[in-house]
Amino acid sequence: MTALLEVQDLRVTIGSTAAVRGTSLAVDKGETHCLVGESGCGKSISALSIMGLLPKGSVRETRALRFAGEEIGGHGEREMEHLRGNRMAMIFQEPMTSLNPAYTVGSQMTEVLRRHRPVTRAAAVDRAAELLARVGITAPGLRLGQFPHQLSGGLRQRVMIAMALMCDPELLIADEPTTALDVTVQAQILRLLAELQKDLGLGILLITHDLGIVARVADRVSVMYAGEVVESAPTAELFAAPEHPYTRGLLTCVPVPGKVKRDEPLGSIPGVVPRMQPGFTGCAFRDRCPEVTAACSGSFPRRTIGNDHQFLCTLEPGWVGSAAA
Amino acid sequence: MTSGVTVRAGGRARLLGNWAFLLGAFIVGGCAVIAVVVTWIMPHDPFLIDLNRRLIPPSWMEGGTPLNFLGTDQLGRDYFSRLLYGTRISMLIGVLTVITSGLIGITVGVLGGFYGGKIDDAVMFAITTRLSIPAVLVALAVAALRGTSLTLVILVLGLLLWDRFAVVARSTTMQLRNLDYVAAAWCAGVSPWWVLSREVLPNIATHLAVVATLEMALAILLEAALSFLGLGVPAPLPSWGLMISEAKEYMFFTPWMIIVPGAALFVLVMGVNLLGDALRDMMGTDLSR
Amino acid sequence: MLRFFLRRFVVAVLVALTVLTFAFLLTRLSGDLAISIAGPNASQADIDTIRQVYGLNRPLWVQFFDWLGRAVQGDFGESYFFRDRVSKLIGERIPITMSLGLTGLAIALVVGLPLGILAAVREGSWVDRAVSLVALIGQAMPSFWLGLILMIVFGLKLGWLPISGTGSWEHYVMPGVVLAFSAIPSLTRLTRSGMIEVLASDYIRTARAKGLTRFSILVKHGFRNAAIPVVSITAVQLGFMLGGSVVIETVFALHGVGFLAWESISKNDFPVVQAVVLVLALLYIGLTLLADLLNAVLDPRLRT
Repeated sequence: MTALLEVQDLRVTIGSTAAVRGTSLAVDKGETHCLVGESGCGKSISALSIMGLLPKGSVRETRALRFAGEEIGGHGEREMEHLRGNRMAMIFQEPMTSLNPAYTVGSQMTEVLRRHRPVTRAAAVDRAAELLARVGITAPGLRLGQFPHQLSGGLRQRVMIAMALMCDPELLIADEPTTALDVTVQAQILRLLAELQKDLGLGILLITHDLGIVARVADRVSVMYAGEVVESAPTAELFAAPEHPYTRGLLTCVPVPGKVKRDEPLGSIPGVVPRMQPGFTGCAFRDRCPEVTAACSGSFPRRTIGNDHQFLCTLEPGWVGSAAA
Repeated sequence: MTSGVTVRAGGRARLLGNWAFLLGAFIVGGCAVIAVVVTWIMPHDPFLIDLNRRLIPPSWMEGGTPLNFLGTDQLGRDYFSRLLYGTRISMLIGVLTVITSGLIGITVGVLGGFYGGKIDDAVMFAITTRLSIPAVLVALAVAALRGTSLTLVILVLGLLLWDRFAVVARSTTMQLRNLDYVAAAWCAGVSPWWVLSREVLPNIATHLAVVATLEMALAILLEAALSFLGLGVPAPLPSWGLMISEAKEYMFFTPWMIIVPGAALFVLVMGVNLLGDALRDMMGTDLSR
Repeated sequence: MLRFFLRRFVVAVLVALTVLTFAFLLTRLSGDLAISIAGPNASQADIDTIRQVYGLNRPLWVQFFDWLGRAVQGDFGESYFFRDRVSKLIGERIPITMSLGLTGLAIALVVGLPLGILAAVREGSWVDRAVSLVALIGQAMPSFWLGLILMIVFGLKLGWLPISGTGSWEHYVMPGVVLAFSAIPSLTRLTRSGMIEVLASDYIRTARAKGLTRFSILVKHGFRNAAIPVVSITAVQLGFMLGGSVVIETVFALHGVGFLAWESISKNDFPVVQAVVLVLALLYIGLTLLADLLNAVLDPRLRT
């Protein structure tokens, strides 16, 4: 079976910064793929580059960028317009500013459908109302006539989701959709996304820095660091047997009931994600890595465990850290 | 993330800013020097009438004479000397008007922004009222009623052009007033005067400098317009606007008499604006609205 | 919202009253109005007669309230020079000044807005710099001088357009262009900075993510929001244009309100002068009020 979205060796350069350095990932139909990492590691840029929404002055290269079996890497703006909002949709981190303040919810929602499908205004309004109800908004008729500033953040994010679903897309890219929301609202939105996925068979690429979210919703996880995927595995396997020192580091930063003892400090990874120059070789994590060796500055292959788990490190699978020993 | 791009664009903007700044400084500085030393460098007396040598074209045109570089006007006065002398008038108007209007506008604006409340309401009301009064018309009427003179033009323009100073001084002061370090000064128990002179004024100075360039350009243009209409600087003072006005009757035959002083006016105002733009770019804020 | 406009309206009325007072006091600046009216060759008897006829011998405040009472009813008295009702004189000439102002505004909008949008879309490119240069030139151009140059080139040398008068639409072309020149710089700059800000906003990214056309993104989602401050400046600019019509109308001998004002000023015809000052001020006040209303229409956040 071909994946719904397949990205191979994606590279994005913005000015003199290599923001994404050879990311590969695949999202199947009906699957939630989580892209995790600290801020500034290239998650959002990866997502935007898949949609063709990179900021001015950025350059994208890929070995392959396939959507539903079709190569879209060479698509021009005009061809991408027909995919965006139609077959692949995206929602963003900032629900407060992502809707246009000058237009009603209804007008912004119907606009997508009428752009991509030959439907009447009335039919588009019906569809919008139906979807608002579907994402759990009461009194959809009333909401359609309201302006974004009259809605709360959680409502706006629901509107964004409903708007993304207007054309029945196959792929939904969600860039930190719950980061700006209250914890209770976060849970609701995540549950909603999971439900929608089950009902509609959506493929979801979910970008987050929150491992709690990953554990709850992801089928598969890719951990990004400094513009590349350092480890990728099915969710259960990643949490049970993380291989990359960065992944292990990330996991010690999160309290897991039963695993972390009371009064014992949580882990942390000292330092920040470096800004990468083009032409950098070796492991980008080596300056922060507790297991660093001389081999880390050379180039080395991706290691594979089983048929579904890869990581990018000089260490053998199942290594035991010096700190733990 | 986009820092690479912005650094390059910023570098270019700085370069352009520099270029604009240098050109603007060259023009304005040059005009200022001419304005000061004009009486020593002008080749002829700009007021000397010689009816036998009227309307001589510039030296490079047919019928021109090397004696009068830019020819002579309808009364036989040396055009180049009058043009040079006009620099002094324009600069004088520009600088003195800005000082007058700046004093009024900054006082009014800072008071409103600093104290807020009723005082600010009054300040806003004054600004609104001032903006609704047609400046050119009022200046013309006053000149007609009181008789024209250089002092009057400066005074009238100074009393009319304070609005932008007030608007900018008010809004920048208001922003400052709410900042932490000003609050800290208050908490330290200092007097309002201390806060105003040590914290507020130095911090709004660059913004006001930009306004000053805008107002100087405006004042120079307005004086020229008033003089052109015959109610600005009185003859025989060679204001550029007045020179254009006097040349108007001969525009069929001697268009250069109109072109030359207008071009001088254009270049000076352009120079002042270039300076202002460079200052604004330096601050990275847009006050042009 | 309603309260905001009520307050705004009250302020407008107060400003209008202040301007009214100002316009009255303006003409009393000379000290003795009767001497100014009578002219330099008048005898003392002439001056006394004038003082009597125009009621200038009454206390100043009586004169003021007399004038104010009539002015609020639209009666500005009689012109000393034209021997006609001032309101009639102004009424006849307002259409010409309005046509001129609207022509200038139309040209300024047609040129300024696309230039500003273009500069914003191509920020930092040579197009952007060229637009900045146009704005810079427009800002430094003395309007009366530009008017004369156009007259020399298009009127005298090429003979394409009439150089003065009011006969046909062609008479409005050159004055309109000159007037537009003064408004284009600020319109262009404001449109540019507004568009740059809006185009960098999250909702434009959303619009792109929706696969909307470039035109829809730039105009429907972009300019619609950038237009809000532009509307205010447009109203202000139209007010300034009407105020600046004195210069342009005099250059082109266009018999509008501005030309009337200039004629009256040079003939010491004060009832006309104060009425024109007042009318132009009221137009400005009305325009800014209209701009605030339009802003509320354009920006739904102001409506609730």
